[in-house]
Amino acid sequence: MSVLVLMEQGDPSLQMLTLARRFGDPLHSVDMNTITPFAPDCLAGLLSAVADEVNASAVFAAGTERGNEVMARLAARMGLPMAANCVAATPGNPALVTRQRWGGSLLEEARLHSPRPLITVAPHTVPIEKGPDPVDVDIEAVKSKLDQALLAVKVSEHVMPSHRGVSLAEAKVIVSGGRGVGSKEGFAIIEELAGLLGAAVGCSRAVTSAGWRPHTDQVGQTGTKVAPEVYIACGISGATQHMAGLKGAKRILAINSDPQAPMMQNADYTVVGDLKEIVPAISAEIRRARAGRI
Amino acid sequence: MRVLATIKRVPITGGRIVLSDDSRAIDTRHLGFTMSPHEECGVEEAVRIIEANKGDSVVLTLGPPEAVEQLRDAMALGIDRAIHLQTDGQEWDAEASANAITDAIRVDEAANGSFDLMFFGNESADSGGFQVGIRVAYALGRPCVTGLKKVTLESASVRCEQEVEGGRDVYVVPLPAVLTVKEGLNLPRYPSVPGKMRARSKPVAVSTPPRPAPRLELVKLAVPAGQGRRAEPLGSGTAAAPAVVDMLQKAGLL
Repeated sequence: MSVLVLMEQGDPSLQMLTLARRFGDPLHSVDMNTITPFAPDCLAGLLSAVADEVNASAVFAAGTERGNEVMARLAARMGLPMAANCVAATPGNPALVTRQRWGGSLLEEARLHSPRPLITVAPHTVPIEKGPDPVDVDIEAVKSKLDQALLAVKVSEHVMPSHRGVSLAEAKVIVSGGRGVGSKEGFAIIEELAGLLGAAVGCSRAVTSAGWRPHTDQVGQTGTKVAPEVYIACGISGATQHMAGLKGAKRILAINSDPQAPMMQNADYTVVGDLKEIVPAISAEIRRARAGRI
Repeated sequence: MRVLATIKRVPITGGRIVLSDDSRAIDTRHLGFTMSPHEECGVEEAVRIIEANKGDSVVLTLGPPEAVEQLRDAMALGIDRAIHLQTDGQEWDAEASANAITDAIRVDEAANGSFDLMFFGNESADSGGFQVGIRVAYALGRPCVTGLKKVTLESASVRCEQEVEGGRDVYVVPLPAVLTVKEGLNLPRYPSVPGKMRARSKPVAVSTPPRPAPRLELVKLAVPAGQGRRAEPLGSGTAAAPAVVDMLQKAGLL
């Protein structure tokens, strides 16, 4: 039984292959960049035709934004159920899957009743394993037969990011503020410390909802997922919504007046007290340490 | 102009998720509820579009009787009326939800004309299926653009911006269209007191579609093991500053 996989650049697709190999062999692959500019209905149409041609027993993609999007369009087109962001999967009808809910704060075991399971694999949850490489499908013949109407939704332009500075997703250090910062102006001390560390400024959802910071600064399930060396959480309570964005952080330092706050329980280092005094004191200490070195 | 926004009632989970005794749901006895964050931005966008262009705005949900609270919240922000597909509280999978929503849209459109725009959340906060809006769009044969952070109405089309690595991708699709949106699309307003008063008397059309057997069938839920972080106290108050700097130095960051 063959399996069809939708491949993208990067580790999430290689992790996906680990689960896909359990559903059969050979693996036939279609590349996300085969349709350029990106046209998701067209890709779904292509996958649908190829799945029939190679008689695929299952279709897999990485649970990236685009992977989930194209798989959902394939599911809609084929009239089949789909399991998004799985961390484990066993073939069969029903196939058994374990998938992420709440941005990974909860796991769901489910039965996927389908003659052809459509599965995306949550990034960074499954190890990359050695195994037979997928074989590219010759799609030129299929491509030429696709309905041109499938190109109605396509990328027509790319806009470069407007803000410069350290990007949250790639920052090595993030200084992040929550409701405890108290106001828009309260972020001055967060920005000062971030400036000294060459860090990005982050915040919790409470802060963006209050309009103190733009949504582009928000870390969490509905914001940016981050993976810094150090994440400094100042006055952030640590709701699951926020923690869902922190799974990739190497070290977390929590500064909070409430030692019982969930953030303090889920950190590597804690400082108890008023962030309005502690954050400037850390900035001053960094300046002192640097001056001493010279 | 006619605009639809769909929403889902979800619990406010706070700091730690506790499951029900049978591990098939979250224990919500002590929790408040809200609409999924992405969808709140869909509601706000629908209100803004109707404020600017006049017309009819509708909010739709599939959920238990209590989900009328979230429908009223949406109407307090300015939506004109609501459609409530009432369930008995059992969860519906994404496929069945999309089918029931599609049927309800067809009924409303037969009576009132086509929706120019339909807003869905890119994914719900709880079950995170990433598919309901797309399935509805396919069933109705309309173009669908997903994951949007900016929507600009042009004369007979809509310009859509999707955040991707290294900037934004732009799509322009003709109306009528289905758009799935993300938090950050806009900053939803707070409901005003008069808005809440008006919402109480706005119409809610209730129906109870039958629940088909789910093809993605929930067996049980589990809270994943923690990441094994063991909080090491670095002290309290400003006296902790040297220990913090020491930690940063050891991490090679100074």
